[in-house]
Amino acid sequence: MQGAFEEHMRALEAAGARTRLVRTREDLEELDGIVLPGGESTTMTMLMERVGLLEPVREAIQAGLATLATCAGMVVLAREITDGMPEQKGLGLLDIGVRRNGYGRQVESFESPLHIEGMDGTDFPGVFIRSPLVERTGDVKVMATYDGHPVAVRQGRIVALCFHPELTSDLRLHREFVRLAASR
Amino acid sequence: MAERNGARDGNGSVKGSFKVKAGLAQMLKGGVIMDVVTPEHARIAQEAGACAVMALERVPADIRREGGVARMSDPDLIKSIMAAVTIPVMAKCRIGHFVEAQILEALGIDYIDESEVLTPADEENHIDKHPFKVPFVCGCRDLGEATRRIAEGAAMIRTKGEAGTGNVVEAVRHARAVNAGIRKLQGMNHAELVHEAKQIGAPVEVLAECQKLGRLPVVNFAAGGIATPADAALMMQLGVDGVFVGSGIFKAEDPLKRAKAIVAATTYFDKPEVLAEVSAGLGKAMQGLEIPAIPKDELLAARGW
Repeated sequence: MQGAFEEHMRALEAAGARTRLVRTREDLEELDGIVLPGGESTTMTMLMERVGLLEPVREAIQAGLATLATCAGMVVLAREITDGMPEQKGLGLLDIGVRRNGYGRQVESFESPLHIEGMDGTDFPGVFIRSPLVERTGDVKVMATYDGHPVAVRQGRIVALCFHPELTSDLRLHREFVRLAASR
Repeated sequence: MAERNGARDGNGSVKGSFKVKAGLAQMLKGGVIMDVVTPEHARIAQEAGACAVMALERVPADIRREGGVARMSDPDLIKSIMAAVTIPVMAKCRIGHFVEAQILEALGIDYIDESEVLTPADEENHIDKHPFKVPFVCGCRDLGEATRRIAEGAAMIRTKGEAGTGNVVEAVRHARAVNAGIRKLQGMNHAELVHEAKQIGAPVEVLAECQKLGRLPVVNFAAGGIATPADAALMMQLGVDGVFVGSGIFKAEDPLKRAKAIVAATTYFDKPEVLAEVSAGLGKAMQGLEIPAIPKDELLAARGW
């Protein structure tokens, strides 16, 4: 709808997947996985609601569609949103509470190496841009933390990240997601 | 180089690197950035689905009409707009006025537009944008101008168009000029690229990157004269990454409805049936100006070097 979708498409294609933009209900058919990209969560949810895409996407993810959510995508998925727009609606599918722009405004945006659980090799380059802060986690598995707060979580077939792997040349998380999407 | 790559903290994290500065623009892609002059406007813009707002004292159409020196907005106004919305807030400083930029950075603004819409403060130099932690967007009319701004540290580019006119013709001219400039690079060897750089006043390294990528190395929005959903979709089909709408929204009859329509048109820019639907019943657009009717020395796009 809006955001860094081209960057995700490039990374997923480099990881061996075929991709398409989802802008209508029909685009959802026969997908193995969906990416909710970084962007502005208010813009994305409003557009999805306006064109009647919010409910179909919710149903598809509930039915087990593999989902990769980065930054604003994580906000859209989260069960509780603090400091959002009044009455900001979301999908409410991921059992976490997030604070929008919880690390501060753009001048506080940062890069930091991250240790991701179960990932071999070197640390992952974490790029955080007006990132949400995960303040509460419920029934999810925490895959990585920064400064004591979760920055990567997994719940069933949903992977949600505060940072932006699509802005780096490191394809490990996208490869992992392609494997997850193919595993059904 | 240390300051160009942001400030390093003790724990291995880095703030204000070029990656996070250009990265915020990547998050704005496919979106609409709207000029607002009050917190109320900002809330309307956010409700309509704007991906960011530009905080201003006067929209370009009023700056054009009223004349006089146009400067950075009052920090109180900027702060009140920052407090009103959760989306990123941008603000303008004058070309070359690095102290206005320092003030905007101190306010914690998310993006600075070094803008020809305000009266230039330096007729030779633009701001050295690398040392700032806050990212900059700059206007351009062609590839040479775009690459010069990128070399100075701009993390995002926009076409200049002709702000405050409600006339898209100049934005189209500038977007096409950038596209043509990049197309011309294809197939050039390095010696030819160096010659081309000299011809258009472009830094060779940035031009080489444009050649390799087949596009600008940073996000490129359209600006200056976009007034209708069709204008926004036109610019998107010409290959820009998103649009700025200045006077076009709040100088129109029904700002919320028009703003929503322009947001939808930017996402569905290649779907004429959606464009037909959202273009209907919007009320009067802003009046608009013919470019030849503007005295040459009042054209804003000519500002910037």
